[in-house]
Amino acid sequence: MPEPEKPSRLAVWLGIADNSFTRQKTVKFGDASAVNSGRLYSILIVVILFAAWIIASAAGVVKPFYWPPIGAAIDRLQILMTDGFRNVSLWNHIGISVYRVLSGVFYGAVIGIPLGFAMGLSSLARGLFDPIVEFMRPIPPLALIPLIILWFGIGEFAKIFLLFLASLFIMTLAARSGVSNVRVSKVHAAYSLGASRLQILRHVILPNALPEIFTGLRTAMGVCWGTVVAAELVAADQGVGSMIMIAKNFLQTDTVVIGIVIIGIIGYSIELVMRWLERVLVPWRGKV
Amino acid sequence: MSSIEIDTVSMHYTLPNGGSVHALDNVALDIRQGELVSILGPSGCGKTTLLNIVAGFLAPSGGAVRVDGQRVTGPGPDRGMVFQQGALFEWLSVERNVSFGPDMAGKKKSQTAARVAELLKVVGLTGFESKPVYQLSGGMQQRVALARCLANDPGVILMDEPLGALDALTREKMQGLVLRLWKETGKTIMLITHSVEEALLLGERLIIMAPRPGRIVKEYRLDFAEQALKQDPRKVKATQEFVRTREEVLSMIWSMEEAIMGHDAVTETASA
Repeated sequence: MPEPEKPSRLAVWLGIADNSFTRQKTVKFGDASAVNSGRLYSILIVVILFAAWIIASAAGVVKPFYWPPIGAAIDRLQILMTDGFRNVSLWNHIGISVYRVLSGVFYGAVIGIPLGFAMGLSSLARGLFDPIVEFMRPIPPLALIPLIILWFGIGEFAKIFLLFLASLFIMTLAARSGVSNVRVSKVHAAYSLGASRLQILRHVILPNALPEIFTGLRTAMGVCWGTVVAAELVAADQGVGSMIMIAKNFLQTDTVVIGIVIIGIIGYSIELVMRWLERVLVPWRGKV
Repeated sequence: MSSIEIDTVSMHYTLPNGGSVHALDNVALDIRQGELVSILGPSGCGKTTLLNIVAGFLAPSGGAVRVDGQRVTGPGPDRGMVFQQGALFEWLSVERNVSFGPDMAGKKKSQTAARVAELLKVVGLTGFESKPVYQLSGGMQQRVALARCLANDPGVILMDEPLGALDALTREKMQGLVLRLWKETGKTIMLITHSVEEALLLGERLIIMAPRPGRIVKEYRLDFAEQALKQDPRKVKATQEFVRTREEVLSMIWSMEEAIMGHDAVTETASA
């Protein structure tokens, strides 16, 4: 049989030709690992979108009210980076939003993890808190904003309290499931090695629950990032969410668009940092 | 070193769904100090339930278990456990897994280091001290489990299908290791297995259990373990005596399995 012609390395890199791994497979449809990356099309679509933006800006077909011309967007970004927005630097807007998320998740974890442990280990705690947790779980945190404004106003405490609630139930459920999923043979082994109940909690149940606690932290970070932006849209004078809301009131579409892009980038970065932390701190995850 | 006295133990095991199984019916068994007893039977014969009662994880409905004359009421470091798999602590290194018992007893690292190193040498894991256990193969993980159990120096070792999850080749090698450890340490070992070969090769005494209700139906005294310590275990497995006993035990287990299958088929048709 003649050797089939080898595709060029460029074509392989661009993801439009089979690499040596996918080439050997005869069945490709249905085998997700045999689908090439199609990197060329990724590059093309980004280039096309930018080109369309540049052309549309030059031709003046889209009103700046709906979408900013590229030149105006770049200018605005420079102004935001140097002068800030409404006397607050762009970094401060980003910083305050991130700070709120981290505080909310921190307090949610500090209360939620012990609560989840208690619920997984004692029938008193399970009975007491189960109705509350199950009732609160399906309520979107945003639905709590009006009540929280009525109770605590629109200050910093109100925002962090909202994020605390948003992460609390996620962390509680994650910790509880981590505790419930411990293999009973591990606990039995530890008892047979002479461990006390406290030692089993500290040296078996806690480390065993860490991977699930981490999944909870990741989810809580994501949910809180979405919630903080929405909360800032409602009531705040600082933060990325408030920046785009106020910019909208002044019809500054360019600032709105830049804000949205920043929200996306930060949300993605949070996810990446959490994944990295997970790899470093619970390397045994999924390997048992 | 310790002896085990299983004094007419009965167990009506209640399932989480409320159903009940007559898992053990008046099981009586004395295990001498330093003896290796293997327990064999078809699934559902209550052999694991019996082991869990001796370990102290389950309270029997009737009768009692005594270790060195002391009535068992719960788990304790005098009875070490080796489980099938997944009972290692994957967040700890090989070394820390092995020293878990002494660590929990509050012993300092400097006191236990030499003993841990010695045990790792015995099970052939020198050089793997700081490896995380999840990076080891199944056979190596079971070596860690054996070393972890020995580090606590229990009088009794209870093994619940310790080699059940290993591939056939690894399993044969590990059988040799279990025999050697037993001989060198003189521990009293109670071994649950579903492998006829393993039960015959390792047990000085072989107890065969039957299901519904779980009970002891036959007992063998064997010297294959002694032979296997002196020569290649594979040669022992090829002897006429071994093959004959194996076939005898196998057909006994088979007829029990068939009786259950028939029984199940009958009840299913009856309820349908």
